[in-house]
Amino acid sequence: MKPWERIALPVAAGAVIVAIWIAAVHVSGTTVFPLPQRVLAGTQELAGKGVLGSYVRDSLMRVGAGYLLALVAGIPLGIALGWYPLAARSFNPLIQMLRPISPLAWIPISIVLFGVGDEAAVFLIFLASFFPIVTQTMNGVKEVPEMFRLAGLNFGLSAAQLFRRVLFPAALPQIVMGLRIALGIAWLVVVAAEMIAVDSGLGYLIIDARNAGKRYDLVVAGMLMIGLIGLALDTAIRRLETLRALRWGFRHE
Amino acid sequence: MGPRRLELTLDHCVSYPASNSTKLCVSGVNKTFRRDGKSVHVLEDIDLTVREGEFVCILGPSGCGKSTLLNIVGGFTTATSGRVEIDGEPVRGPDPRRIFVFQERGVFPWLTVEGNISFGLFKLPKHERERRVSHYVHMVGLKGFEQSYPHELSGGMKQRLEVARALAVNPDMLFLDEPFGALDSITRLLMRGELLRIWQAERKTILFVTHDIDESVQLADRVVVMSARPATIRTIIDIDIPHPRELSSRRYLELRDGLLDEIGLAHKV
Repeated sequence: MKPWERIALPVAAGAVIVAIWIAAVHVSGTTVFPLPQRVLAGTQELAGKGVLGSYVRDSLMRVGAGYLLALVAGIPLGIALGWYPLAARSFNPLIQMLRPISPLAWIPISIVLFGVGDEAAVFLIFLASFFPIVTQTMNGVKEVPEMFRLAGLNFGLSAAQLFRRVLFPAALPQIVMGLRIALGIAWLVVVAAEMIAVDSGLGYLIIDARNAGKRYDLVVAGMLMIGLIGLALDTAIRRLETLRALRWGFRHE
Repeated sequence: MGPRRLELTLDHCVSYPASNSTKLCVSGVNKTFRRDGKSVHVLEDIDLTVREGEFVCILGPSGCGKSTLLNIVGGFTTATSGRVEIDGEPVRGPDPRRIFVFQERGVFPWLTVEGNISFGLFKLPKHERERRVSHYVHMVGLKGFEQSYPHELSGGMKQRLEVARALAVNPDMLFLDEPFGALDSITRLLMRGELLRIWQAERKTILFVTHDIDESVQLADRVVVMSARPATIRTIIDIDIPHPRELSSRRYLELRDGLLDEIGLAHKV
């Protein structure tokens, strides 16, 4: 693909969708669903009042806090489970049972534990990110080829050196994959958490705009912001996968 | 006292007194695996002596246990019974003085060519590390690829990289387990030439496991022919052709045919 196509093609596709959107609003004669220009105006209105910036910042702070906690707890735990088969056999069934429970199902419990507020939202983000990080890290460490371990031992590495110089780098692509999955889920969950547990952030913006006057232009503006930031986060973390020392783990041969 | 004396006379390492040039001595080695509650006898009464600087090929059918023997000698597994001595000392585990070379998948994909070669040199000062890396990069023909990652290299280059990583720590023995098995036949032939060139320059003792008869006749001073499981040593053949070996010479073909017979293969396809 030529560089200009990389930009031109998505822009053209976007233009088509916007055209369909405009046509659909006119044809259906809806008075509720806003036209794109109204959404744009609404976004400018929010930005002008300083609400947009502070809501984006609040949402990102919550994701950042919950995600970081999950990373700090999840990577060491995943490594331990991958390293000690007995630990994995003991705890993995429990982890795999908790994992499919949607973080949203934890909302009542998080409110009981932390009350209505930031902590509850951060706790939900933490839960959402924690399981993919633990699972991917555990599998990454477990699946390090025996050959690498033996080669490390052959060169006279101590256990600590073997971990730092062989196991961790060998498992790193899988760990990064877990981080990426977790970040996507965390961003999904922050919006849902903000609809219930807090009074700021992009999720709150959507619920508030609807409840306080059926401002669907602001609802759609909030949705689009969420999408754009989600895309930016994913693009940023994908850059990790293109690092030369990691790329080997993501090649599809 | 009687039984003890008997034991001594049965001990390969002692009954053929270790001369100065004996590098490796394997005596009465047996290996039994337990698998699914059944015991599988893999190696039976293996006796083998390898001299310093010798190139020995272990030849046998796939799955016969020749890799198991190499793993025992390399210290990665222990024998069920018997003794393995290198330089007169029992093998107790893997040792940087003896490096195991796997198929080319053994190189570390997260390290560059330079990073791989210097992997085992962490105890050396920086300038010595750099000197060795540049020496072996040159020796295995990877000049200009120092900063490349293994996934950017061909199979043959990866294999040479792994040999360089092994040689860089200056081991006195190399164990190679079907190292060229995953390469195409042309690259394989070239790699054998490279290995012989390196062996002649560095005079390491080499133990090379293969199931390829031609490969063993091209490379080895002696070929140890193993039987199917439980593996025993059927015979040991001296390859008395000087290097470089003429692959269509009468002696080469004689030795190759002898090995074909020994393994029980017809000379026809």
